[in-house]
Amino acid sequence: MDDVNGRFEGATAIADSAGAEVFVVELAEYSGPLDLLLTLIRDEQIDIYDIPIARIAEQFLARISSLKLDEAADYLEMAARLVRIKAQMLLPRREGEDLWEDPRAELVRRLLEYQQVREVVDVLERRSEDRRGRFARAYTQQVAQIAVARPLTISLPELLSAVDRVLRLAKKPHVHDVIPRALDVDGAIGIVRALLAIRARAQWKDILPRKAEPWEVLSLLLALLELAKRGELKLAQPRAFAAFEITRDSSSEAA
Amino acid sequence: MTPLAKLLEAALFASAAPVPEEALRLMAAHAEDGESTLESALAELRDHYDNEGHGVELIEVAGGWQILTRPEYTEAIERAQLAARPQRLSAAALETLAIIAYRQPIGRAEIEEIRGVGAGAILKSLHERGLIDVVGRGEGLGRPLLYGTTSSFLEQFALRHLEELPRADELAIALRAPRPATPTSPVPATTDNGEAPPRAD
Repeated sequence: MDDVNGRFEGATAIADSAGAEVFVVELAEYSGPLDLLLTLIRDEQIDIYDIPIARIAEQFLARISSLKLDEAADYLEMAARLVRIKAQMLLPRREGEDLWEDPRAELVRRLLEYQQVREVVDVLERRSEDRRGRFARAYTQQVAQIAVARPLTISLPELLSAVDRVLRLAKKPHVHDVIPRALDVDGAIGIVRALLAIRARAQWKDILPRKAEPWEVLSLLLALLELAKRGELKLAQPRAFAAFEITRDSSSEAA
Repeated sequence: MTPLAKLLEAALFASAAPVPEEALRLMAAHAEDGESTLESALAELRDHYDNEGHGVELIEVAGGWQILTRPEYTEAIERAQLAARPQRLSAAALETLAIIAYRQPIGRAEIEEIRGVGAGAILKSLHERGLIDVVGRGEGLGRPLLYGTTSSFLEQFALRHLEELPRADELAIALRAPRPATPTSPVPATTDNGEAPPRAD
């Protein structure tokens, strides 16, 4: 692979001097595995009808492995195809076998077809560039979509007085004092365990203190969920909005 | 200008999209301008714009005619934010469009086969931009949707009609062997189906 990378770096000097990051940017311009393949063939000045598959396959792999490609699957499919052709090329051929079919033929056909597409793209690009430079009348709808907001021309005092006006219109905000109350899940776990040590089943209301604070309710709920997760108890609710039943999990009791 | 040329100018000015030639022909027939035909009036209008110092020109496109601003004013118009150039299409989108333009009606699978890349998202965006449309359904499994190009495609690529694109056999294949053929690696001509004959070694 060292040897391949050496040649590969020689072929793309821009990437060498600027580091691997540039590669990604550069490769984003490839529109697909065939584009990459054609570029390799062109860079290396290879005869498309006699592609040195082993070399090209290795270069192809080197290039896609050094990159994060969005359409990695498509590139990998092509890499697999190249490796398969390479393997087929290595198979021994019988002497005087006239009907040997070049395993590269299909790839060459696709490359030539793709090359034609690229030529049409060049034509289309030239024409669209020409057309983009002319406007038709009644272009307004499209302008409305793309319109770029003009930069604001406003002085600092104007801006501040505008802020002042808005603030004066706004109501005084209600100020709340928020007292942080930590949840005591561990304490709640202790309560539930103590209860279940006496009773095999219990109900939500059994473990909840009479005038429970919200933080107590939440702590108990979290404790129940935690214990259910650990397998110490089971939670069941016969129907929606019904009080749920807490059952000691007998299977974990044995353990 | 002759009365017909002036009438056509007004009609073209009033329309945002290219005016189809049949519509202009119909107007010409009703105008009863004895001295000029549609062709001569259009030629007159075009010469008028070209030779008498105008900021617009008359363009034949997508089977119709349209008045467009001259390219030298594009930047000034854009800078003044009166109009904006449409976004360029990506290479992938252009490739897909090229394949559809030549092979229409064509299904998604065939496009993907030629490009070697999935085409779903690109087809969707080309369709949203009005450049392609579903023109039918193919035979075979699942009756796949078949796509074709629209007149908006012709308009955005300054084409009078599809035949203005180079014919497939006119496209040069720029990947000829860089070195002369040797007996060990002959450079065979492609056969009709584009496959290289087997190597004789």
